Order: sequence, then C-alpha cells, then structure tokens
Amino acid sequence: MIKTWVTPGGVHPPENKHQSMTLPIGDLPIPERLLVPLSQHIGAPAVACVKVGEKVLKGQKIADATGPVSVPMHAPTSGSISAIEDRPIAHSSGMLAPCIEITSDGKDTWIDHQGIADFEHSSPQMLIKIIADAGIAGMGGAGFPSAIKLNPGHQRPIDTLIINATECEPYITADDSAIRERAAEIIEGIGILSHILGNPNNILLGIEDNKPEAIAALEPHVADTGISVVSFPTKYPSGGEKQLIYILTGNELASGSLPADAGIVCINIGTTYAIKRAVVNGEPLISRVTTMTGNACGINRNYETLIGTPVSHMLAHSNFNEAACSRLVMGGPMMGFSLTSADVPVVKTTNCILAPSYSEIPDDEPAQPCIRCGMCAEACPASLLPQQLFWYSQAQDHDRLEAHNLFDCIECGACSYVCPSNIPLVQHYRHSKGEILKARDEKVKSDHARERFEFHQQRMEQAERDKEAKRAARREAAEKAKANSATSTGAGSAADIIAAAQARATAKQVNPEQQRAKFERSIAGAEMRVTMAIEKLAEAASNQTDEQTNILNAAVESAKQKLEQAQVRLADHLEKHKELDSEQVK
Amino acid sequence: MIESIAQQPMLAALIALVGLGIIFGALLGYAAEKFKVEGDPIVEQIDELLPQTQCGQCGFPGCKPYAESIASGDAINKCPPGGQSTINAIASLLDVPAPELDAEHGEEADLKTVAFIREDECIGCTKCIQACPVDAILGAAKLMHTVIADECTGCDLCVEPCPVDCIDMLPIDHGLKQWHWPAPLKTADLIASDRVHQGDEGRAA
Repeated sequence: MIKTWVTPGGVHPPENKHQSMTLPIGDLPIPERLLVPLSQHIGAPAVACVKVGEKVLKGQKIADATGPVSVPMHAPTSGSISAIEDRPIAHSSGMLAPCIEITSDGKDTWIDHQGIADFEHSSPQMLIKIIADAGIAGMGGAGFPSAIKLNPGHQRPIDTLIINATECEPYITADDSAIRERAAEIIEGIGILSHILGNPNNILLGIEDNKPEAIAALEPHVADTGISVVSFPTKYPSGGEKQLIYILTGNELASGSLPADAGIVCINIGTTYAIKRAVVNGEPLISRVTTMTGNACGINRNYETLIGTPVSHMLAHSNFNEAACSRLVMGGPMMGFSLTSADVPVVKTTNCILAPSYSEIPDDEPAQPCIRCGMCAEACPASLLPQQLFWYSQAQDHDRLEAHNLFDCIECGACSYVCPSNIPLVQHYRHSKGEILKARDEKVKSDHARERFEFHQQRMEQAERDKEAKRAARREAAEKAKANSATSTGAGSAADIIAAAQARATAKQVNPEQQRAKFERSIAGAEMRVTMAIEKLAEAASNQTDEQTNILNAAVESAKQKLEQAQVRLADHLEKHKELDSEQVK
Repeated sequence: MIESIAQQPMLAALIALVGLGIIFGALLGYAAEKFKVEGDPIVEQIDELLPQTQCGQCGFPGCKPYAESIASGDAINKCPPGGQSTINAIASLLDVPAPELDAEHGEEADLKTVAFIREDECIGCTKCIQACPVDAILGAAKLMHTVIADECTGCDLCVEPCPVDCIDMLPIDHGLKQWHWPAPLKTADLIASDRVHQGDEGRAA
C-alpha cells in the first residue's frame, strides 16, 4: 500500500457513474458532416492547409500548427472539405470560431500510416515529434499540447511521472471504460512516456477507489513495469493537477509554479492511449472516448467518438428526449458548461456530453444573501477564502482579490455546490479573473499610449522650438541686411557682388604650373605605352601570326597618336600662358 | 560666561532650545534638498489610472493635464473613456466619494473602437495625422493614410478634421480571446416568480 496524502476541502456529490457503465464502449455511425475547430487546445489556433472542395483521407493533416504552443488537426474520416468558416464551437461563450467542415464519403479510407513497433530504440526527440505531429493535446480538459509537457527542458530532471486516472467528476466514465477495455495499450502508452522522460524513478497512476474494475484491469499489465497503481478515497476534486500531485507525493506546488518545476509531469490517462496509438500505430488523434449520459437520453454509454462529430449526432443515436432535457452540458456537472446549440462538435477535450432531466439538474435557484456560514471555505480544495473572494469580487476590488490569491482558484465549483444560499460563487470568480486580465491588458495598452503621447508632445514642442529658432535667425539676418544697406549705396553693393563672383571664379581656376605638370605626366605615360607596344610587336613578329601582328600594329599606332595629342595639348597650354604672361607684363 | 548662564536658567533654556531648533532646522533643510521629490507624485498616480486615450473629452489637452487639474482640485468624473471604474479608482486613491460620470463630457462607450480610414477615399491631406495624439496614423502629403490599429486609442480626434469624411470608428473585434465570463445576475434582479417554468416549453424557451 503506497502512502497517500489527503487534500483539504472537497465535496462528495452523487457519483452517477453506473448509468453509463452498463454497456461497453460503442461506435457511432460516421456523421454526414464533421466540424473540426481550428482551436481545440491551449495556444495558437492551427491554420488550415487544405482548400474547400479538396478530397481528404482519414488521418490526413488538414491544419498546421502555428508557433511553439499549438497542435495540428487531422481529418477524422475520409471525404471532401465542404467549408472553412466560422461556426459555433463548444465554448462557454457560444461564440463562433474558425472550423473546417468535412463532408464524409462514408468509406472511411485511411491515409497511409505507419507506427514504430520498437519505440525503445527511438530517440525521445523523435517520439516527441511524432506526438506533436499527431496533434495530441491533453485530453483531461485543459487541452495543453502534450509534446510541450514532455519536453520540459533540462533545468530540472523529471523524477516523477503521474498518470491522472482520477476522473473525479460525477457522471463521467470515459477514462474508466477506456481502462477496462484498453488497459494493455494504456500501459504501453505509459511505457512510451517513461522512455521519453528518461525512465523517471516514480511512475504513479492515480485512480479513485470507486473504480475497482479498472484497477483490477490494470493490475495484470503493470507487473514488472515499475508503474504503481495508487488508489485513494473518492473525493471531488481529486483530479485537479495540483490536488493529485499532493495526494500522490505530498508535494504542495507553490502558487504560479508548474509541476515541471518540482520534477513532476502529470498526464491524463486518455492522453496516454492517444500517445500509444500515435507512436505504435501511427494514428493521429482523430477520435476519443466520450461519455453520453443523463436521464434525458435513453442510452447512456461511452462512445468512441470522432473529433468533429456534432453533439446532435450523438444525441440522435442515444434516444434523446429533447423535451425532458433541462440543458445540454459539455463536461461534467461540476466544471462543464452549458451548450447553446446541439450543433457544436466534439473536440479533443470533450470527455462527456451530459443531457440531464429537470429533476437531475434543475435550473439554478436564485441566489440568496451570504449568511457567512463558512461552508465554502471548508470545501475549498485550494485553501482559499471563497467568502472573502466573493465580497471583493462584488466590489470589483481587484487588488484585494489578487492579494487573496484568486488566481489559485481552480474553478472546481465545490464552493458553489455547498453554498446554502445558492450563490454562483465560481461564476463570480471567473468573471473577476476575466476582468483582472482585461484590466492588466488595458494597463499595458494605456502605458504604451502614454509613452507615445509624451513622445508626440515632445516632438511637437521640438518642432515648435526649431521653427521659432529659424524665425529668429531670419529676422536677425534681415535686420543685418537692412543695417548694411543703410551704410553702403545700392550701386556699390552691386559692384561688390560682381567682384565677389569674379574672385570665386579665379579661385576655381587651376594653377598653370600644376596644369603643365599634369600634361607632362600624361606625355611621359604615353611615351611608355608606345615603347611597350613596340616591344610586344617585336615579340609577336617572332611568333609569325598575322592576325596578332596586325592587332599590335594598330595598338602601336593608337599609342603614338595619343602621345602626339598629349604633346599638342602641352604646346597649346604653354602658348596660352606665354600670352597671359605677356599680357600681365603689359 | 558659563557661570552667568547657570545663574539665569531662563536664558539657559532659551539658548538650548534655539540651539536645538537651529540644528534640526539645518537637518531638515538638508534632507529637503537631498531627498527632493521631483514633480508631484499624486499627479503621476492619477495619470496612471486615466485610460490614456488622450481624447480631450474632459476639456484638457490630454490625460496628464487632466491629472494635474484633478490634483489641484478639479472634479474626477470628466473622463468618459475611463468610465465608472476609473472614477472609482481615482476616488479610492484620493479618498473622496465617487460621483457618477458627468454626462456633459460624454457617455461611457460600451464597445472600444479604433479609427479606420477608407483608403480609396483618402486624399492625403495629412490633417488627421496632425490631429492624432499618439502618432497612430501613417501617411504623407498627397499619399494615402492609414491607421495602425494597435496604436489607436479610439479618441475620435481624427474624425472631425477629415475634409472628405473617410474615417470610421469601428468597434474592436471581440473574439474568443477577449471573451470572459459575464457577471452572474444580481440577487435583486432575479426573484423566483420571475422565471418561466422551462419544463413546459422545453429547451426552446
């Protein structure tokens, strides 16, 4: 029995997991149209690399990753691209986002793909590249690109690999059913992770004790692998990354630090299966196990769902009774969000579609005033003060919210769950987080604007000063000119100008001595060229080639001509200067 | 000398106190020079809180002059781009009650906007460039101008001078990245009997 630690707080909502575990993982018929959003992960959205009308095969890359924190997207089935445009996606805002729509051809033809059977002999860098190219992002909910998690740099060696099989939220059984049916492949996936991370000392698979069948399914496969399956008492939210790390290692991560800082990598168990399929089978991430549950559905079970399958398609194959459904939730009842439309697609992080009846999840009761009972503080797994955060959130007191560590809130919803006044505490915190981030953003922008404004101001003042200085200089010059003209007569000043111009012209003329030297130099050069040409001619004559002799003859002629010209120029120059000298004598 | 002082305690006390006064006065005077604070720090603090749109809606030529004016006692509710949150922030800084936004200076806009020049219509007069307080407009005489959207504060100052009215103020595209959770409904806005029972009408309601 491996020692586990107990997290503070937590709640025990009804589990409601048995409904969807009566049937094995099922397959859905391929939907007619699949909608692949370009942003299903944390980081930069992918960029479509196909065109409308293009035919694609199952597993073909349809969108490229952009930047370091991003993942590519692949076609979940074969067919043709029918649209690349903004569509409603699974997001709490109900907003549109760019999606690639694929019209299925029904054949489900795979593109050529090949895995690596003996990953032990491949370099970790190569395996990480395969994982990145397979478009794998954390499938537990946050959707952080897995390749980045597995490449934490060399500042801190990873000594603990934690596999998160907690699945603490009510209703969701996607991981549970996957473990029961695919334990061998999951353990192989963990082996790949261990190899990539350089075989860390501890490999802990954390699982709540409400999944005895899954634990039993894992046991035969973990023998001699170094993997310890650690079960611990069921409590929500044990599956939070920081909570699980504390439960398994007793290591409390500091606020704002990452697991990698403590030498820990934490990966969801669904992701390990996807990694195994990517490395060993060469299949990119194009489908996942998703739980379809809730009393408004006739069939509650897990489906192997293609990424991009519309929720309405899943509902249509699950005897969905729309009239009985209070709301459609993506994710679990605690942390999931209501869908505004059933046309949104399943994405890489969708672990559950919940279609509850009115009696199961009734509409929110109106919030009553806080009675300061303190139950929220007892339930908080992050040891925060939910009540204080609530006051400050209402007062929009951002400084105090940050001082009370609002950003350590994991939004698990335990406080809202226990609140006897039905106060939607988490919604307040989420809103405040958004407001604070927005304010930070605006602060950066306004500082930038201030800088630019001050620079603008400075520039304008400088321009004004320059203009003023020029004006003053001009005024001064005008006054001086006025004073000058007052002292000398108009004709006198004109004569001055002519004289000055003449002086400038004579100054420009070259000294006759220098000119003569120049001419003499050119004569000397020409003479040398003539003698050289004659020498060459003599050499060529001994070789007796007519053509060459002719060319050299011509060269000698031209050199002689140039020499003559130079001599003539010198003679002219001398004559001119004699005249000038005689003039000066006169 | 000492004896005469000792005999007159009043004088001794006077000399001692005056002496101390001179010493501490000199110390304070030195400290005032040595640790002098440049400018008025409260003006900087107020300026930090203002939104820096430099729009002049407050009646001052920029945010800094308005901050100076507030520091010398002007009303704090003249900044429509900052809105109520800026008023609240300045009120808590100065420890004064927070008034409502003065409607005389404009209303708080719901959406942030940036200027956009319809480039086909631009005649290249440079008037908007001169009007822009943050140098966010690019262009030269008789050549097309354009706005650097990231630098634009949405102050509207370029719209008025344009002789061909080719500048629009467009709302900033609020995508998924800018979205954040809305505030939950206040208790006062919501009583149980207000709600339609959705069970009768299904999800369509």
